[in-house]
Amino acid sequence: MLLKRIAPQLIALAALVLLVTLVYPGFLDISFNDGRLVGPVVDVLKRGAPVALLAVGMTLVIATRGIDLSVGTTMAICGAVAAWAIASGWGLAPALLLALAAGGIAGLWNGLLVAVVGIQPFVATLILMTMGRGIAQLITEGRILTFNHPGFAFFGSGTILGLPVPAWLWLLTGAGVALLMRRSALGMLIEATGINRRASALAGVNATVLLIAVYVASGLCAALAGIVVTADIRGADANNSGLWLELDAILAVVIGGNSLLGGRFSILAALLGALIIQTIDTGILLAGFPSEYNLVIKAALVLVILVLQSPRIAAEWRIWRKSQRASREALAERSRT
Amino acid sequence: MLLSIRSLTKTFPGTLALDGVDFDLATGEVHALLGENGAGKSTLIKCLTGAYHRDGGTVALDGAEIAPRSTVEAQELGIGTVYQEVNLLPNLTVAQNLMFGREPRRFGLINTRAMRAEAREMLRQYGLELDVDRDLGNYSVAIQQIIAIARAVALSGKVLILDEPTASLDAREVEMVFDVVRGLRERGLGIVFVSHFLDQVFELTDRVTVLRNGRKIVTERTADLDRMSLIEHMLGRALEEEVEQQGAGKAAATHPDLLHFEGVGRHGVIEPFDLTIGQGEVVGLAGLLGSGRTESAELIFGVRPAQTGSARDEKGALDLKSPRAAIAAGFGFAPEDRKTDGIVADLSIRENIVLGLQAQRGWARPIPRAEQNRLAEDYIRRLDIRTSGREKPVGDLSGGNQQKVVLARWLAMNPRFLILDEPTRGIDVGAHAEILRLIHDLTGAGMSVLVISSEIEELVAVSDRVIVLRDRRHVAELRGERVAPDAIMRAIARDGTGDGETARCC
Repeated sequence: MLLKRIAPQLIALAALVLLVTLVYPGFLDISFNDGRLVGPVVDVLKRGAPVALLAVGMTLVIATRGIDLSVGTTMAICGAVAAWAIASGWGLAPALLLALAAGGIAGLWNGLLVAVVGIQPFVATLILMTMGRGIAQLITEGRILTFNHPGFAFFGSGTILGLPVPAWLWLLTGAGVALLMRRSALGMLIEATGINRRASALAGVNATVLLIAVYVASGLCAALAGIVVTADIRGADANNSGLWLELDAILAVVIGGNSLLGGRFSILAALLGALIIQTIDTGILLAGFPSEYNLVIKAALVLVILVLQSPRIAAEWRIWRKSQRASREALAERSRT
Repeated sequence: MLLSIRSLTKTFPGTLALDGVDFDLATGEVHALLGENGAGKSTLIKCLTGAYHRDGGTVALDGAEIAPRSTVEAQELGIGTVYQEVNLLPNLTVAQNLMFGREPRRFGLINTRAMRAEAREMLRQYGLELDVDRDLGNYSVAIQQIIAIARAVALSGKVLILDEPTASLDAREVEMVFDVVRGLRERGLGIVFVSHFLDQVFELTDRVTVLRNGRKIVTERTADLDRMSLIEHMLGRALEEEVEQQGAGKAAATHPDLLHFEGVGRHGVIEPFDLTIGQGEVVGLAGLLGSGRTESAELIFGVRPAQTGSARDEKGALDLKSPRAAIAAGFGFAPEDRKTDGIVADLSIRENIVLGLQAQRGWARPIPRAEQNRLAEDYIRRLDIRTSGREKPVGDLSGGNQQKVVLARWLAMNPRFLILDEPTRGIDVGAHAEILRLIHDLTGAGMSVLVISSEIEELVAVSDRVIVLRDRRHVAELRGERVAPDAIMRAIARDGTGDGETARCC
């Protein structure tokens, strides 16, 4: 059941890995140096962390028939908050908590606009998307706020058991949220709200609180992503941190086969979608194409994947196969007589 | 024969939707297509209109075999369809709707004047004088339905399929549409008429074909059939006089008071009303559309907050500010429009049934899967929900079965007070009787039920007491022997003046 759901994403990822390995044979090589795993695949797991983290929250938002355009900006805000706290000497734990709180507040703002005020999610989150970079710039006072704090930098470039910390972060977040959704009733209640909010509310589902909660979850995921990016470059860049990543996150969710119309969702599939996007990005770099080709190749690959996944194509394919089988049988029938 | 269908077969995964069905339609004939939900009426129609492709059999129009692959192709062949929900664009003008896709052109641009004239001429054939420049949405559903018919006839012109065209019309409007249909019959069209209303079938149609479980049961001249035998054909069993049996012998049962509502009202929605519900009692709400029946229920259930009034039970005051609060007080509400307010279409039958119970328990205490399966299987069996499995999306079920799933959701929560808004609308005869029997059983077990219905016979059959609404006001209360169709009718019709006896506000 689960395998059937994520099969298209697994196949796409496998095909992509094969493709990249053909142009760059060393893609699957992994070596062990200084207690850490090194290799292109490990790099994909690490570099893919921001989009993967965003995709976890975005999946939940999209399942409620919403969208969160503000996550890239929220990353910048949270990164700026963390960097400011570190640079001001608050110490590691307060900096992390402040960054997460900032993400939570951003999500709460979005959630209130959507669930209580009743603004369409696209517009509601567009407000923070636009305004948020300004807030981040105010926090960093318009410059790139750098710091030197090995403890905080660990979240960007450290390793645990050989694997980069960012990879651990998204793996654990993804697994944790996915388990929470399926082991509790949250998954079903979120899906019901996304498919038919009115009917769900009449059945006693607290749709308003659920809606706010998914935007808060998205904000918290964005905070984690912001921490990773800021720790990685040891500085908060209010202008560029998380820029356009909301779109990659939405794309990851869609490649994961989750409908933008809400309802049924799979976090695992969205995470595979994030991996697919990162494999494309890394693969293009490794293949050594001139950098001006990157975006075009990426778009083409994404298009191919989405077209192959489209239900209409799948239906056509089934009909074609059926007719092939029928004509084969008719042929066999004729040759028998 | 204008249209001749022979041994039409259509299969879906797990079901044989049509099994060798024969159907003939003559020119100048109105031919009723009847059957319970899931009998195969919709599938047959969709095979004709090109929405489905048949798996076997032949369809011949004017002697030539056809196999339309799309509704457009079917229209070009001469088969037009009008559905229950008007399939037009309410934000375009009447003329634009009528001429949509075939606008008269001059120099490549739309010739608005010619379009208006042509639209007016089309409507004149149906005895309608409308301002064709007004948006379609400004007109009543009946007018829209006639415009849809006019458009379908203009596009196709041989066969007209009417799929429950009268479901949302009142009696006068039905007559209007029927006049149009009779006119088309005289012009020599073949008309297929699908309806749940047997009265309308007897009034309008020349012949009747009954389907059951994908098979053709009978084709007869309408005049040769009586109501009872028709129902027997549809149900495949002798229908007991269910309704009348239940109606009798409930005369003077007393019900201890369970709930009191006092002065509940909301400005511009419903005048403040008092209502007492007894334990195990069925209270019916009667009145015309827009008289405030649904609004009364919505206030009680907290869908819209009441501005005035209070509610209490034997223990004390109840808070009715939201559906969640009402559910906590032991209320349930199966709304009128089950598609938008009832079912969660993409979720499975199982998930739809456990949804309310799960919401009540809270997200942190999931109902174990085995328990969910047991609940779902239990209600599928008890309410006879026709499905190939509990994991099927509810949206795939027929209307009557969807209604049963919504009922199952509430029954699983075991409310003490259940509000049913039009519980049998759009449901076939068999399911209809089942739901009335269910209400009977539930109240027998001590549940109190508030039933809203436009069908007065139905209210009389199930209710211990009927409250009549008029103009957003509760105007009369009938109990005991006075719960009878003519008394209710009189109370609805009375204009409210000079009536000291029964118009006492309850």
